[in-house]
Amino acid sequence: MNTLLSVAWHSLLSRKKTVLLTFCSLVISIMVLLSVEHIRLQAKESFNRTISGVDLIVGAPSGQLNLLLYSVFRMGSPTNNIEYDSFTMLRDNDLVKWAIPISLGDSHRGFRVMGTNDAYFAHFRYGNKQPLNFASGKPFEHLFEAVIGADVAHALKYEVGDKIVIAHGIGSTSFTNHETSPFVVSGILAPTGTPVDKTVHVSLPGIEAIHLSPNKLQAVIDDHTLAPQPDNITSVMLGLNSKFATFALQRNINNYPEDRLMAVLPGVAMAELWSLMSTVENLLRVIAALVLISSLFGLATMLLASMNERRAEIAVFRVLGAGPVVILMLILLEALILVALSVMTSMALLTLTLMGTEGWLAAEFGLFLSHDIFSTDIFMITGMVFVATLVVSIFPGVEAYKNALHTQLYKG
Amino acid sequence: MTAAIAINSLSYAYQTDKSILSIPQWSLGQGERVFLYGDSGSGKTTLLNLLCGILVPTNGSIALFGEELATMTNRQRDTFRAQHIGVVFQQFNLIPYLTVFKNIQLAAYFARASRAQTQQLLSRAQSLIDTLGLPKDVLHKRVNQLSVGQQQRVAIARALINQPKLLLVDEPTSALDASARDAFMQLLMHMCEAEQTSLIFVSHDAALGEYFERKVDLTQLNEVSAHLAQSTSQQIGSCSEVTS
Repeated sequence: MNTLLSVAWHSLLSRKKTVLLTFCSLVISIMVLLSVEHIRLQAKESFNRTISGVDLIVGAPSGQLNLLLYSVFRMGSPTNNIEYDSFTMLRDNDLVKWAIPISLGDSHRGFRVMGTNDAYFAHFRYGNKQPLNFASGKPFEHLFEAVIGADVAHALKYEVGDKIVIAHGIGSTSFTNHETSPFVVSGILAPTGTPVDKTVHVSLPGIEAIHLSPNKLQAVIDDHTLAPQPDNITSVMLGLNSKFATFALQRNINNYPEDRLMAVLPGVAMAELWSLMSTVENLLRVIAALVLISSLFGLATMLLASMNERRAEIAVFRVLGAGPVVILMLILLEALILVALSVMTSMALLTLTLMGTEGWLAAEFGLFLSHDIFSTDIFMITGMVFVATLVVSIFPGVEAYKNALHTQLYKG
Repeated sequence: MTAAIAINSLSYAYQTDKSILSIPQWSLGQGERVFLYGDSGSGKTTLLNLLCGILVPTNGSIALFGEELATMTNRQRDTFRAQHIGVVFQQFNLIPYLTVFKNIQLAAYFARASRAQTQQLLSRAQSLIDTLGLPKDVLHKRVNQLSVGQQQRVAIARALINQPKLLLVDEPTSALDASARDAFMQLLMHMCEAEQTSLIFVSHDAALGEYFERKVDLTQLNEVSAHLAQSTSQQIGSCSEVTS
């Protein structure tokens, strides 16, 4: 086998130009395939780790996707708010173990600002039921204290104790920036790989204070006890004492007479959201697979086209005592060597590309792609690439086999 | 002692009814060297392909060193060829993109050389190269860097590396000039004598026949062509089209 491998290798080397072109096309297509698969896996993983241990999300009635998107993914805008009293009602319900209020709608230099209370740091879970940890500092205690996510700290180079300005409205440039509403960073959260990293957390009264007129704000800054109490919030995350109560409570919330409320199960909403994305995901995979198949056909064409000039070579192999099966194997080996090299090259290129663009992708697009591309799925894809190679190389292989079978060593 | 080649009522037909080779009886002794000649269409090509086991006789038998080729499986025939028959063509005897030594190694590989043989391969290849008057460094050059004359001599080394009992040589000198041809012939005869190898040497060039004691005209040996020779030339023409 070693001997045949070496022969196949030298045979490829002897046809440098066509082999190199085929190699390039293979590298590109395999890289596309691996990238799509890697991004898909990463997206799914980061998607699924966003929220954990929350039994119900309660917001104003809209769609369950809408509620999920703004309260968990901080995407889009809440359509309506709910009464603060509804939150206290939920918090005090016997079935409820904990309740996290969420108030959205403001931003700080492009990062969303979220009003909440200390229940958030105590009960919010992500990934595999992991709690939020502080990289430095501690939760906010005072009115004008803020806890920032890891990405906010990294992107804006904030440290504990820095003064920051929080503006009303969403967007990195806001017309109503008030230099007078000074917040102090009290804590920085450890990275989670979820939207939490891109969030500025303040207290609910803090959120209210942002919206005060400059005069009133100045008064509040001078005397914190004047801080306004919130009268409405965006949504509530609930943890229940017993999972079995989930559906009953959901029904009760949806029928709550005092306020218009809607409760959704995060798991169900997440599944619906992911199923929307999986169409795009599958489309990408199909395109990647087609690109790969077309370059495998290129490989088969290259091998097939070489068959004519290799008649003499095949005759020599026959003289030496090689059977037609050996000739077939030689062709398959050439294809496999080329594909193996392409796979290794594209894996290396992909890893390097991801390493090089990691920071940029995170900063520009909020994409967190690990440069560690090796996973079971990637290995399965690679395995399928090799199987496809074998299948496609059957064409030139059989041609070589027939050639070898019918070759006559002596020509008349 | 068994004959190197024993042919018995051998016939070969590409199509069932059109026999192109028919030899009632012919044999070659071990270590014997024979010059085989004949017109186009006399069946030289077919006979050589039958002898090295690429074609299978339609009828009759070919036994090499007592072993019947016709009853072997394809695989057995391939291995038998690798181990016992050395072959040299007019040209293109070697894999062009491999080094000379790799070519020689391949011959040993397909002959399933033992471990001990493989270990001695390099020294044996070197001594063969030496004897053939090729420079030492030729072993590690790629074949396509050599001249045609050098390639033909390497082809002999390659053909002899497994110490075959039979050497089939087809017009090996047609690509060589006159002086190179004589040197080549002397070497070939010398090597065959030294290794006690039976040799079938096929050529159109009657001048080369002087190196041989035994000469065979296949046109006479082959009953089909012998019969045709008596017929009209037109028929010979159509027959040679079939064989070429």
